[in-house]
Amino acid sequence: MWAYWLSVPEHWREIPARYRLEGGQCEDCGFKMIPKRDVCPRCGSKNVKTVKLPRRGRVLEYTKVWNPPRGYEYYTPYVIALVELEDGTRLTAQLTDVDPDEVEEGMEVEMVLRKVRVSGESGLIAYAYKFRPLLK
Amino acid sequence: MRDVYVVGAGLTPVGNHWRLGIRDLAVQASIKAMEAADNPKIDYIVVANALSGIVDGQENLGALISDYLGMIGTPSLKVEAAGASGAAAAVTAAGLIKSGMADNVLLVGVEKMTDYTALEDSNMALSTSIEREYEAFFGATLESLHAMVMRSYMRKYNVEEEAFAAVPVLMHEHASTNPYAQFKFKLKRESYMRSPYLAEPLKLLDAPSIGDGAAAVILSVSPNSPGGAVRVSSWGQATDHVSLYMRKSVTEFPAVRLAVKRALERADLKLSDISFYKIHDSSSVAALIEIEEMGLTERGKAIELVDSEDSRRNGSTPINPDGGLKARGHPLGATGVYQIAETYLQLTDKAEGTQVSGARRALLLSAGGLASNVVVHVLERV
Repeated sequence: MWAYWLSVPEHWREIPARYRLEGGQCEDCGFKMIPKRDVCPRCGSKNVKTVKLPRRGRVLEYTKVWNPPRGYEYYTPYVIALVELEDGTRLTAQLTDVDPDEVEEGMEVEMVLRKVRVSGESGLIAYAYKFRPLLK
Repeated sequence: MRDVYVVGAGLTPVGNHWRLGIRDLAVQASIKAMEAADNPKIDYIVVANALSGIVDGQENLGALISDYLGMIGTPSLKVEAAGASGAAAAVTAAGLIKSGMADNVLLVGVEKMTDYTALEDSNMALSTSIEREYEAFFGATLESLHAMVMRSYMRKYNVEEEAFAAVPVLMHEHASTNPYAQFKFKLKRESYMRSPYLAEPLKLLDAPSIGDGAAAVILSVSPNSPGGAVRVSSWGQATDHVSLYMRKSVTEFPAVRLAVKRALERADLKLSDISFYKIHDSSSVAALIEIEEMGLTERGKAIELVDSEDSRRNGSTPINPDGGLKARGHPLGATGVYQIAETYLQLTDKAEGTQVSGARRALLLSAGGLASNVVVHVLERV
């Protein structure tokens, strides 16, 4: 069960990305990423700065998950999506506040902070980004 | 560099081995392989495994398995590369021989998966091969990534869900006569459409099941063996982004393309030199993309090959003559060694029930994670 239990520091150090969508941008080729990396995955440059990513985007691809890992049973079936943010940055996220059957390619979504996983009765409750259909 | 030969193989059937632990499975396969090679002096043991630290709470497998084999003192280590652990361990083992560090290596792949009796726990374990912090943390599983690849493939090439049945149907047909297979029965297309979704549109029958198993081979610098020898004539390996969201294309596996190219070029071979293929059908759509990346068909056309007689054992392009991951079974870290052991039996005319007649050369593809670490071997008759 080692991979299931979430430790406090492990989640804590990811908080800038998971709470606030802080990512990285390559100062040489402009590529944006989440999380920030030391090396740009596109051009190999080591000049990567921290940037705040936009909260809005659209669904590129999605799936309704029926067979969850331990710790995610409560939300099942839930939707996992590849989301492309307004500036072109891509990430993987769970969708929320939506009927899974109404999700479609191209759907406009926005980031919200939600409970993502609970590690048993005494473990850490982790919050992070999820995406919901854009409120118009 | 020195040549490397496979000179003996031993397998356990893939399945639910409730009475056997990781030690027992590894020892059984290893003893069979060493006996088949007339018990050469083993200079090194290389263990392939992906999940023992998680499922069994056991690491240090190199020492553990040499201990239980009664081979204390023999150098031994474990190699991990998710679902490609077996093939990556073979690269390591062959390297020991090529470099002169060892003359005979016992390569044993083992995985014990059924000790997790709840699917949620198995899913968690299998999803350690995707990126934990930015995929699995959000509830993504390895299956869910395959599912998104599948939906993308369907949209891009205008393919219906029903069409993917061709992959498990082929694998089950080939496994139905394999004595070591987990699922020795044929599959009807209707059963495929009735099978439940794991992550839509990926169905239960698109993916391998959970299974235990071990396979072992003896690699040697010398082709002298009572059971015959098969040459490891080439290899190629390549990596890709672990996360699907970091990739430029959702429907391509560039690491497969690169690993196959490297393996063929290194031995100056063409696809037309290959008698049969072992692909890593960790899902139906993954199998199709691999076939396309290898260059066996155009993009979007692999289903036609899988559906045809050409992909059968007696066809022009046999694919997974032993049943593949779907039906032979996929004991994760052991699968790459199963491929090598089965191919050894094929190329020495000892593949009981699954023989591809007259096969001279085989290409073996193993893909860890979502094809983020891909290893290819070419084996040939001596």
